[in-house]
Amino acid sequence: MSALRPDLRIIADAIPAGVRALDIGCGDGALMAEMRAQKAIDARGLEIDVAAIEAAMALGLSVVQGDANRDLADYPDDAFDYAILSQTLQTTERPDLVVSELLRIAPRAFVSFPNFAHWRVRLSLLWTGRMPMTRLLPVAWYETPNIHHVTVSDFRELLREKGIRVERAWYLSGDKPTSDAAASWRAEHAIFLISRG
Amino acid sequence: MASLLHQIQHQSVTISAPLALDSGQVLPSVTIAYQSYGALDADKSNAVLICHALTGDQYVASDHPATGKPGWWARMVGPGKPVDTDRFFVICANVLGSCMGTSGPATPGAATGAPLGMQFPVITIADMVRAQSMLLDQLGIERLHAVIGGSMGGMQTLAWAAAYPERLRSAVVIASAARHSAQNIAFHEVGRQAIMADPDWQDGQYYGSERAPTKGLAVARMAAHITYLSEEGLTEKFGRRLQARDIKSFGFDADFQVESYLRHQGLAFTDRFDANAYLYITRAMDYFDLAEPHDGRLAGAFAGAKDVRFTLVSFDTDWLYPTAESRRIVQALHSVGAAASFVELSAPFGHDSFLLDVPALDRIMAGALGAGW
Repeated sequence: MSALRPDLRIIADAIPAGVRALDIGCGDGALMAEMRAQKAIDARGLEIDVAAIEAAMALGLSVVQGDANRDLADYPDDAFDYAILSQTLQTTERPDLVVSELLRIAPRAFVSFPNFAHWRVRLSLLWTGRMPMTRLLPVAWYETPNIHHVTVSDFRELLREKGIRVERAWYLSGDKPTSDAAASWRAEHAIFLISRG
Repeated sequence: MASLLHQIQHQSVTISAPLALDSGQVLPSVTIAYQSYGALDADKSNAVLICHALTGDQYVASDHPATGKPGWWARMVGPGKPVDTDRFFVICANVLGSCMGTSGPATPGAATGAPLGMQFPVITIADMVRAQSMLLDQLGIERLHAVIGGSMGGMQTLAWAAAYPERLRSAVVIASAARHSAQNIAFHEVGRQAIMADPDWQDGQYYGSERAPTKGLAVARMAAHITYLSEEGLTEKFGRRLQARDIKSFGFDADFQVESYLRHQGLAFTDRFDANAYLYITRAMDYFDLAEPHDGRLAGAFAGAKDVRFTLVSFDTDWLYPTAESRRIVQALHSVGAAASFVELSAPFGHDSFLLDVPALDRIMAGALGAGW
């Protein structure tokens, strides 16, 4: 279980036991399996990739094929205690609407994303004049699924505009936590726990 | 042909309890023919019920007694297969209204001893499921590990979850729908009219005569068979190729390979199926709408089923029961908070994909039944 991606590890540790959770973009179900094992959470998943769904279903997890842009509408209000959107926000067509959907489906949500204002990204753009390709953003601009790059400051601003409360935030540089104050340029990853304002 | 069909002996039980039907009529007793595979655990917890499709039967994994062909889902059910008979006690019962040993229009009436024909009451998918639950009572099985079905089998599986949610842990619904669409009903009506327009049908009382409506039944099968395939599949298999000739005949022989194929499919079907049973079962499917008793709210049907684990699979080339129908079910399951998995698989064979070689389906089936976890 140590193989869990660092942002997923933080979510798995932070989520309370026994809650109802929806993992959007759950992939092969690594986080769902961890939450089931450690927190007795019978999580549900939404995933677009058939091979990943098969892998998750082979673990006995409940995963529905679907697209975060369209299919969140199928879930009723307050269907879950927590919605989880990890490393997917930047791939959605309208991240602002997706965030609203998360907090319609559940009163609380975990949202994690790669911070586009990390110093490596800034330097790369500054020095080369080209769209950055880094460890976390390894794909060229024309084929990256990340169509809405977002920074920690952008996301904080979006939450402010929408009147959404930040319950907690974690910032990671590699696998190491970094401080709130330095997050804008030092965080590679950000994980927010948000709730209805 | 039909008379030969009715001479086959099937393993069956006759339950002398009345079966109250949706129509308001009552069957005073019911005979259910079934096959089982594997062994029932001491605590009777490993039973899996497979529900067959319109023209399927209980011979899911054993040779068909009329045709000698391997069971219709032998690739899925057996020792070491996704539905592993080394692990599960698998039951498959011929549905109510059918012609492989279960009570249906060919069953003799108590009063006359003659086949009932059209005197047999119209039945529904829910009635089929009631009959299956009576069989399980008879076998002493209270709770099923899973109910599994494709196409009409999927409808029964959904009806199981709606009627007896406490009797199943999981439900696997493949290439199916929670209701019959206008298009589905329309195709069935073509088939029924073909049968009833055949003079040999004789208002359904053909059993004792030398004649049976094989022509009408064959045409019904031909029309239905087209709906089980994809256009892409038909084109790939036959295109516009001619059958055993180089030039068109300028007549009405089976010039095209696709015509020859359909004629063969139609004719072969009459060796193993009864025309009246075809009328009754297509009718049951047309009447199927799981949401109807709940003011059109499908979620209402699953109100008691939130502890059942559902797995739904559709196929991208299936235009008979398209993916949207499975999604509609998933949406209803979301509203009651049931654990649901759903995937649309890519396969070239249209609706028939659920019976054919689609390795992803095997893996999903094994996962749904809890292999490896």
